[in-house]
Amino acid sequence: MEFIKEFSGILLATCRDVLPIVILIVVFQLLVLRQKIPHLRRLVIGGIYVVIGLALFLAGLEKALFPLGKIMATQLSDPEFLYGTTEIISHADWTAYGWVYLFAAMIGFATTIAEPSLIAVAFKANEVSAGTISTWGLRITVAIGVAFGISLGTFRIVSGTPLYLYILVGYVIVIIQTIFAPKSIVALAYDSGGVTTSTVTVPLVAALGLGLASTVPGRNPALDGFGLIAFASLFPIIAVMGYAQLMDWKTKRGKK
Amino acid sequence: MGEVLFGSLLIVLGLTLFIQGLEMGLFPIGEAMAQALARKGSLFWLLAFAFALGFSTTVAEPALIAVAAKAADIAGRGGLIDPGVESLAQYAFGLRMSVAFSVGLAILIGVMRILRGWPIHYLIIGGYVLVMLMTIVAPKEIIGIAYDAGGVTTSTITVPLVAALGVGLASTIRGRSPLTDGFGLIAFASLLPMIFVMGYGLIVFR
Repeated sequence: MEFIKEFSGILLATCRDVLPIVILIVVFQLLVLRQKIPHLRRLVIGGIYVVIGLALFLAGLEKALFPLGKIMATQLSDPEFLYGTTEIISHADWTAYGWVYLFAAMIGFATTIAEPSLIAVAFKANEVSAGTISTWGLRITVAIGVAFGISLGTFRIVSGTPLYLYILVGYVIVIIQTIFAPKSIVALAYDSGGVTTSTVTVPLVAALGLGLASTVPGRNPALDGFGLIAFASLFPIIAVMGYAQLMDWKTKRGKK
Repeated sequence: MGEVLFGSLLIVLGLTLFIQGLEMGLFPIGEAMAQALARKGSLFWLLAFAFALGFSTTVAEPALIAVAAKAADIAGRGGLIDPGVESLAQYAFGLRMSVAFSVGLAILIGVMRILRGWPIHYLIIGGYVLVMLMTIVAPKEIIGIAYDAGGVTTSTITVPLVAALGVGLASTIRGRSPLTDGFGLIAFASLLPMIFVMGYGLIVFR
């Protein structure tokens, strides 16, 4: 019974969230373009699907993904598991958290390789480069990039170093790569950063970061908990440009 | 454990319905509208559409709803804002609105870029510099969530519709290639939210 009450609350909030899209379609289609809305029935049914689906997803998130990410973070950073003692550790030793880094890398790799928008981007990249960039090669490169990014992000949480230093270095690398990368790939590479972090990855990774920040001694979730997604959106840019440069260099060498 | 299984079931079911609904209704009409507006040739309405599209799709983005609520929760527990239900909801709402506004603005700038043919890397590098400048002045409690906001916003609804707008525009304007000029909108949409969320932090945490 309580679930139904909770769910109807979420459903109501979802209707409010979708309202701007409805207004956008009605205003532009009827007032600006002055056309009838085509396939109105389909659109309405699709809209109902979207609202119900969104509400179900949000209800499930609270029950499954957030707790799951948190449980994993808590267990992997349990002092008894890491140091073999139940004594309270006041200072975190970053070398003891190997499993955390490995686990983070695996989450990053697995969720990225299955990401539908990345498959679409890889396909486009193959077209732009006239076949020099292979679809699979790019997907694996980006997945390794995300895996490395999230792993480095957990290292940052464990060691408590400031986030902006890492991002600043990342930006400098991106800028240097932009100078040398083939011009046709630049816009696509910039886009791929936003594309790889999707609806399922984001809550899971966020919960992992927040869970880690609350269990590692000396860390504060409000200061250190966020930032993993930032890593996951920066490294694909570097990976895509790097891959394009490598392929470019290979073809040039092959011609000589 | 039962709770987690039930929740996973809800997630799978919800996402399936959600994506099915998007493909049935929103994606076809979004693409058709983007192309119709690109052909109409009115700069004002095109820019208004670009802003409204970025704003409204971001408001409905599920990952952002979830992360904003989480951020409010953490900020409340950390004593940064009043931990009452009302003020938490208000903080999460404010966070989402600043992100949605910035995505709208980002798509608008991106459309201008496609129309004028500005090179993308100058704009992005300028954006990076702004992010770093904001980082110096912003309260340090907001920086993590601000940096994350960039990746969070561009997800299930926003990416396909925005990509359709960019590619549609680049293919209707002469002298623009859809493959090199059509991309880049999402890059702006992941950059501007960082700057605006840090701005939001400046207002809220003082």
